[in-house]
Amino acid sequence: MSKRILMQGNEACVRGALKAGMRFFAGYPITPSTEIAEGCAVELPKVGGKFVQMEDEIASMAAVIGASVTGVKAMTATSGPGFSLKQENIGYASMAEIPCVIVDVQRSGPSTGLPTSSSQGDVMQSRWGTHGDHPIIVLSPSSVSETYYLAIRAFNLAEKYMTPVIFLMDEMIGHLRETVEIDDNVEIICRKQPDAPEGKFEAYKGEENLVPVLPVFGSGHYYNITGLTHNTWGFPTNNRAVANELNSRLLNKIENNRRDIEAWDEYLTDDAEILIIAYGGSARVGEDAVDMLRRKGIKAGMYRPITIWPMAEDRLRELSQRIKKILVIEHNNGQYLHEVERVAADDAEIEFIGRINGAFILPEEVTEKAEAM
Amino acid sequence: MPAKLIEREMRTENLPHIWCPGCSHGSTMRALCQAIENAGLERKNTIIVSGIGCSSRAVGYLNFDTIHTTHGRALAFATGIKLAKPQLNVIVLTGDGDISAIGGNHLIHACRRNIGITCIVLNNNIYGMTGGQYSPTTPSGDYATTAPYGNIDRDFDIPLLAKSAGATFTARVTAYGINEAIKVMERAIRHKGFSVVDVASICPSYYGRKNKKGDVVKMLQWQRDNSVPVKAAEKMSKEELQGKIITGIFNDEQYPEYTDEYEKIIERAGGR
Amino acid sequence: MERMEIRLAGTGGQGVILASIILAEAAVNAGRYACQTQSYGPEARGGACKAEAIISDSKISYPEVSDPGFVLVLTQKAAEKYVRNLKDDAIVIVDSRVEIPAEAENHKVYHLPILDTAEYKVGKAVTANIVAVGVINRILGICSFEELAETVRNRIPKGTEEFNLKALKAGNEMDLGG
Repeated sequence: MSKRILMQGNEACVRGALKAGMRFFAGYPITPSTEIAEGCAVELPKVGGKFVQMEDEIASMAAVIGASVTGVKAMTATSGPGFSLKQENIGYASMAEIPCVIVDVQRSGPSTGLPTSSSQGDVMQSRWGTHGDHPIIVLSPSSVSETYYLAIRAFNLAEKYMTPVIFLMDEMIGHLRETVEIDDNVEIICRKQPDAPEGKFEAYKGEENLVPVLPVFGSGHYYNITGLTHNTWGFPTNNRAVANELNSRLLNKIENNRRDIEAWDEYLTDDAEILIIAYGGSARVGEDAVDMLRRKGIKAGMYRPITIWPMAEDRLRELSQRIKKILVIEHNNGQYLHEVERVAADDAEIEFIGRINGAFILPEEVTEKAEAM
Repeated sequence: MPAKLIEREMRTENLPHIWCPGCSHGSTMRALCQAIENAGLERKNTIIVSGIGCSSRAVGYLNFDTIHTTHGRALAFATGIKLAKPQLNVIVLTGDGDISAIGGNHLIHACRRNIGITCIVLNNNIYGMTGGQYSPTTPSGDYATTAPYGNIDRDFDIPLLAKSAGATFTARVTAYGINEAIKVMERAIRHKGFSVVDVASICPSYYGRKNKKGDVVKMLQWQRDNSVPVKAAEKMSKEELQGKIITGIFNDEQYPEYTDEYEKIIERAGGR
Repeated sequence: MERMEIRLAGTGGQGVILASIILAEAAVNAGRYACQTQSYGPEARGGACKAEAIISDSKISYPEVSDPGFVLVLTQKAAEKYVRNLKDDAIVIVDSRVEIPAEAENHKVYHLPILDTAEYKVGKAVTANIVAVGVINRILGICSFEELAETVRNRIPKGTEEFNLKALKAGNEMDLGG
């Protein structure tokens, strides 16, 4: 049954996570994500789950991984400065293949920046924030309703692909209250468990889809988890062939399954002659601008990546071969712009509008620029 | 043929271990295995967590569910494990740099929460894995590759630090006094709440060599000749205790354990 | 209802944020679409603070208020800071304790005793926001009084229903003048 209610973005994140089966949250207070921690502190014990406010952001990320290795779905939430601190253990989760969800409600940076103002300045950090070549999945919601459903999907992807998933929100959506329609009938995925009897288990072998089956701790399989390069049994090694095999499997685990992971949305692209590209909060600007342009008789459309990584780039390439004018709008100085250029620069003219003062781009600015293209 | 204890508790296929000849970590690891058996822990419910450094490599040899985490963060990972599944026995194996430098914040907060985790510190007064840099427990005046003119930092007394921060069981044993170490570790494992055992360890390769402490036997003899039981230490002056290792149990108190307290929150919230 | 941008401004503690949430929620309960945003941080505590809502019968894309069609101000400071970028046909409610700001000229202005009603008629100054909610709904016709009362009941602390509903009623029945 679907319910129609007014809800805040951060609250929708909590509700979605709970629906997905989150039963552990560790965090540290930081604006503008704090409502997520507060919501978890209230709601988790009601369902027998655990909430802990750790001593810092690093510890929160570590505790989330600790909870997850016992088989409990776990999440943390933060914003820019805290996201920087979490990178160490995000890399660990990526390497050790521990499913978990990291929410980053982006605020304006760099550094402490503008704590209560929105931004999309962590887009590149969400992909490359932790060191080394590593796999990651990044999702960005552009409405409160989508926040609810995408939080569920974040857990589903984490559990299915045994990977940390970054839930890249922004202050605009996190603090926004708006109409949400909640449908309780959603798919929930839980990580696979071995059907082998108790005893030693080759946990990091990787199945056909390259995803490993990691027994939850306490189930009697006695294996080792490490952030060091490891063999298929989880033990550290310096063997270059094994290192190559592991690192390739980690990257291909996402690459080979990208069709299943990729998500995007299109708005009036069928007959579009100008394509606006926006995601998260900036997509709300883009959508309004498309409507305004259409009212003026200009055939505008919008392509909105939902999985920021992996990007649904085949679709973007198709669109750019047909729609020769692209306008990228982001609440940063042009981060995803480079990704769009990588995919579409050969086929289309690409323009950009950014914002780095904590304010939002106005739909009128977009229409003006689009009209001039 | 490995001893029966080693066959039961260790991943013998991963042996021999990587530690230097004369390092006390191997015998301490064996002592821990004996303490786990003596405490009657069920393997299936026992999780061993480590950080980064020489001591933390022990988990690769222990036949349990083991997790080798990031530098300094073992206690934070362990907190997640214990809180998520309080029925699990969680033992953290760490070193002096791991627990009291990069992980110092996590240590004091785990103490403060009194969460039911046993923390064994293999304290060899040096960073061994990276080749002999001074740690927060390197005594003032000692030498290390990064203290070529002598260490001007003051050193931490880890059990004292832990006790002040709220740990309800703190103790120190030595690599020399391995039988006492087994007994104290067993008590720490049985303790309800957060327990810390500082194992005065020897690093002949780096700390010993840099500070002209002699060979392995000499270093262990030094431990034997300079250990003072906590009861005896109470009657000695500060000057008399200079350069001594105070051993034994410093405190063993009862205080509400963190995951027990959280169960009450669940009850209050109506989650049970 | 076409996209209606509402701005409520006052000083921290007057409850304009809760008022904006109640209006948005009442609109959703009445089958409309709504967005609500507010100031955060130190701004939300002292000085002039604002909260905004957008109500519409169709989906709302851009969720920020840029040219409000309705503004309520409860303090002089808020009147000076937040009565601006008004839509041509905007409606402005200025509390009777506050001088009408120059920016409000040429717009439909109601100069209403919201703070006085809360303090003297309801007997609790803290209910000014609920008085305001009653007045605003009366002017904008977001939902029925009963629907509004239900939303208020769900959003206020338990045990405060009696005087808050008294405030809502007082707002709903306020003499709007000519």
